[in-house]
Amino acid sequence: MTSTTTFEKHRESATTRSAVVLSINGQRHELELDNRTTLLDTLREHLKLTGSKKGCDLGQCGACTVYINGERVNACLTLAIMHQDDEITTIEGVGDVEHMDPMQQAFIDNDAFQCGYCTPGQICSARATLDEIRAGIPSHVTKELNGPIEISDEEIRERMSGNLCRCGAYANILKAINQVAKDQVAKERS
Amino acid sequence: MKAFSYERIDDAAQAAARAFEVPGAKFIAGGTNLLDLMKHEIEVPLHLIDITQTGLDDITETDEGGVRIGALVSNTALAANERIRRDYPVLSRALFSGASTQLRNKASTGGNLLQRTRCPYFYDTAMPCNKREPGAGCAALDEGADTRQLGVIGTSEHCIATHPSDMAVALRVLDAEVETINPQGQTRRLTLDEFYRLPGDTPDVENVLEPGEIITGVVLPAPVGGRQQYYKVRDRASYAFALVSVALIETDDGKGRVALGGVAHKPWRRDEADAELGNGAKAVMTKLLDGARPTDENAYKLTLAERTLAALLAKE
Repeated sequence: MTSTTTFEKHRESATTRSAVVLSINGQRHELELDNRTTLLDTLREHLKLTGSKKGCDLGQCGACTVYINGERVNACLTLAIMHQDDEITTIEGVGDVEHMDPMQQAFIDNDAFQCGYCTPGQICSARATLDEIRAGIPSHVTKELNGPIEISDEEIRERMSGNLCRCGAYANILKAINQVAKDQVAKERS
Repeated sequence: MKAFSYERIDDAAQAAARAFEVPGAKFIAGGTNLLDLMKHEIEVPLHLIDITQTGLDDITETDEGGVRIGALVSNTALAANERIRRDYPVLSRALFSGASTQLRNKASTGGNLLQRTRCPYFYDTAMPCNKREPGAGCAALDEGADTRQLGVIGTSEHCIATHPSDMAVALRVLDAEVETINPQGQTRRLTLDEFYRLPGDTPDVENVLEPGEIITGVVLPAPVGGRQQYYKVRDRASYAFALVSVALIETDDGKGRVALGGVAHKPWRRDEADAELGNGAKAVMTKLLDGARPTDENAYKLTLAERTLAALLAKE
């Protein structure tokens, strides 16, 4: 086994920073980062995109949920330097006060938060939840793996389990998601 | 987190050779478990080799009528794959029962196999752990330790940790094989039973991978059909590790296979227990859990395993 001293020498001598170009909400950012920097810290500390929140920093709470190439992920559990060429979308890219995304509006209409800290992650996950159901991706509670998936409270709760809310706004988060789901169905029919 | 150097290598054989050559190197793909452990400084790699662009992200048919899953296929992509859902439903079910969607979108097939235990004493760096620091001792074996979630069989006097993967339990019941390439460019295939080690007196060595050897994929044999189920019992309804999980395949000839998760250092299956399937859950568990050495706190897992299997067998 290599001795601790050799290890520490490597840490001191090796290059522990890297250059990366990130595409976030359609904008290019050329960065030079400590290799350790997570995508979340890059967004918040380097680019001042503070919509994505740091809760547990261990992938357990979902407050940092963002989209990478259209899929929702925990930004705290991925290194920024591994995302050259990826399309990253944060809550800032989902909508703003002038151009509200339907899910953002539904959270307001349904009083789906109290302190609001988990809300950006909840909204990113909520939108993805409906997209994933529409794409036919089953979940743990889906009865038939190969059948159609019905949007139900049970499906939404299961698919939202990676987003915690310590204020306990779950009942109204569920209402907000159901409202958007209903509006989407109505829109598709018209 | 400790500082590390980083490079991306886009060929699996070259990545293996490089990992062999650089001291303290580790591969990174999804990173969902590795970065968590690096933040706790339980894993302290000197060098990370990013293998995400090695192209091992396909699910393809094999000449034998089975399926080859690239090591980089995400847990979501694997679980949602039409062929897997149709022909290997126990695998889809196991995957969907694990983690959250955010994690499944990122976690890879190879990384899922290599994830580390969630034993609370492995994670608590203030406590001794033979897995984290060989020879340090095992806090889980101290009097009054919290062992409720820990292993009941195949354990040793040095470690009673469990393997946390649901996917691996389904792969074990499906007779899947892990495919690897080593730094010399040689490939081999290992059954899950061959791949994972029991803790013995070296609980830090969790599998038989040699230095630099990299997982390139997982091969499923031709579908066995039958009724396939995965039942995970846990403390909350979603996003929690198994206390006990049961993967069951009942084939049309009245035979079948059973594997357990949450009870041992590896997915737990025995041929002699499979042979008892026609005789009910008790007969199966008598063979499957023979030699178990539970603690007072986790002896409930023996009863729970039997009842979980009974529930699956009784299902209409």
